[in-house]
Amino acid sequence: MNGPLHTPKIISGERLSEVLVEDARMSSVRTVIVLGLAVGALASVACSSTSNTTSGPAGSSTSVVIRLTGSDTMVNLDQAWAENYKKVKPDVSVQVAGGGSGVGIAGLIDGILDIAASSREIEAEEIARVAKAAGAEPKAFVVGLDALAVYVHESNPVQSISIEELAEIYGDGGQVLRWSQAGVKNTSCESDEIIRVSRQNNSGTYVYFREAVLGRTRELRLGSIDQSGSKDVVALVSRTPCAIGYSGMAYAMPGVRALKISKKKGEPGVPPTVESALDMTYPIARPLYLYTRGTPTGPAKEFIDWALSAAGQQVLQDIGYVPAPAVSK
Amino acid sequence: MRHAAALRLSRLAEPLVEAIIRLCGWSAIFFVFAIFFFVFREGAPMLFGALDLGEFFTSVNWRPDSRIQAQYGVLALLAGTASVTALAMLLSVPAGLGAAIFVSEFCPPRVRETLKIVIELLAAIPSVVWGFIGYMVLNPVLIAVTGAPIGINILNGGIILALMSVPIIMSVGEDALKAVPDTYREAAIALGASRWQVVYKVLLPAAKNGLLAAALLGIGRSVGETMAVLMATGHAVQIPHSLLDPVRTLTATIAAELGETVEGGDHYRVLFVIGTLLMLMAFLVNLTADLVVKGVRGKQNG
Repeated sequence: MNGPLHTPKIISGERLSEVLVEDARMSSVRTVIVLGLAVGALASVACSSTSNTTSGPAGSSTSVVIRLTGSDTMVNLDQAWAENYKKVKPDVSVQVAGGGSGVGIAGLIDGILDIAASSREIEAEEIARVAKAAGAEPKAFVVGLDALAVYVHESNPVQSISIEELAEIYGDGGQVLRWSQAGVKNTSCESDEIIRVSRQNNSGTYVYFREAVLGRTRELRLGSIDQSGSKDVVALVSRTPCAIGYSGMAYAMPGVRALKISKKKGEPGVPPTVESALDMTYPIARPLYLYTRGTPTGPAKEFIDWALSAAGQQVLQDIGYVPAPAVSK
Repeated sequence: MRHAAALRLSRLAEPLVEAIIRLCGWSAIFFVFAIFFFVFREGAPMLFGALDLGEFFTSVNWRPDSRIQAQYGVLALLAGTASVTALAMLLSVPAGLGAAIFVSEFCPPRVRETLKIVIELLAAIPSVVWGFIGYMVLNPVLIAVTGAPIGINILNGGIILALMSVPIIMSVGEDALKAVPDTYREAAIALGASRWQVVYKVLLPAAKNGLLAAALLGIGRSVGETMAVLMATGHAVQIPHSLLDPVRTLTATIAAELGETVEGGDHYRVLFVIGTLLMLMAFLVNLTADLVVKGVRGKQNG
């Protein structure tokens, strides 16, 4: 009789909405959108009400939350930063989510996160959208470099490939569909067919690769196997003798080989290393960015400063990326 | 005294409970319409605006992110959904209906309970896990067995979807067979029919509509499945030429791309148009299943 009727904690409407808002904040962009599907307008109200706050749970002094979302290339790095930052500032928690650079930048425009991680440069149109939504242009921080590696199965004898050949393999209207056409005798691949492993189109790696290999006027050929994570690409290549794929240099794993890359066919290839990325001899080295809505203040600024400090850069190096050149700040 | 109080309370409580239950029933209908409305509303500006429906249904070029000219052609995605679903049905309908017939007619009662629990357990496995099995386990197996260059393809997705649909087809199919009155069976046996003759001469024709509905519900499950096919089919935009080609489905496209899009952008709206298309497809399949089941009842009553 006296059980459930006397529940001491009754959640009032106000508190409940707070819980809902908290929920939306913590979950990824995608979840918010799914929520949006389910409750439509209600969810979008919840989103916009969180858009201008950077601190954590309202009114509590226990912890500050920094929401960091975006590039899948950088998600391991972000996670390592978050863990190490916890040791420096125990009262600040950094919530990390991946999904792709596009997800991060879309989140920056929608105002549902504090810092967007991106492995590609933000586009002019996106800058305008952030400026319109936030009242200030996004601020970019180059936090490191990545040599975008091209991976093949370890049994594939090919050692080096040129950007021109990559364009013929990946580009729309490209002529190289078989390993033999690329001059490679890939005996472990019975069908001789080149299986192109690519990324889904919200990936900054995808956008960077398309631009670096094909320029701005040529499309990628449809029909590639589009994976949703940097690690997935390398894992799939490691199990597929016919495959070729591209991903961050930090994702190298047993079973795959990162190819040497040259600009033109016949030139000597350069392996993806810290040195070749730093001196820009590696043709597809790229900066890794953190973006904020306008000039960051408070906890977000402190976090980015720390990430650019010697301690933060050491973490980045341990993950397998190249520290940002000092001038980038 | 207490008795009278309790009586009064129940007199008050009963309409209240009834109202709550009524609300629950209506809310289900309300939510279905609300979801359809919101999905449609998000897609509508594109549907009636910039979207060229001719291109949408006939072009294989799905390049929503192009810097040159965004192209929204879903033909390859439709072909992906259709091919994976068709293969899944080809595998799961015979297996599911066979299982239903075995469980309902041939199986000793003790084995029946175990078998039903085990098969229904298949339905409880989350779709991500199925996708993972397709990606990690089936992929290398298919490469080794078929010699295909890659093992995440139509065949992989079809097998995974078939495994996911079998429990549904089996349970609904078994219910349909159970609904055939025992007098039919007794009459057939009295005429000297063997057990197998009872099944295919009497039970299958009698339960025809229910079994068809079972198959259609299975199709609905396959068309709507997302995570498993995203991982198991290879996610490649192309018209397939063989069972060993990777494809991409409508659902997987929404799942993979919605997170990137900015609210209100063209790409965002086109994904909602695809969502509307999927809802229409699911609605048609369910409606057909429903009408077919209604047909069963009508016949039995009449």
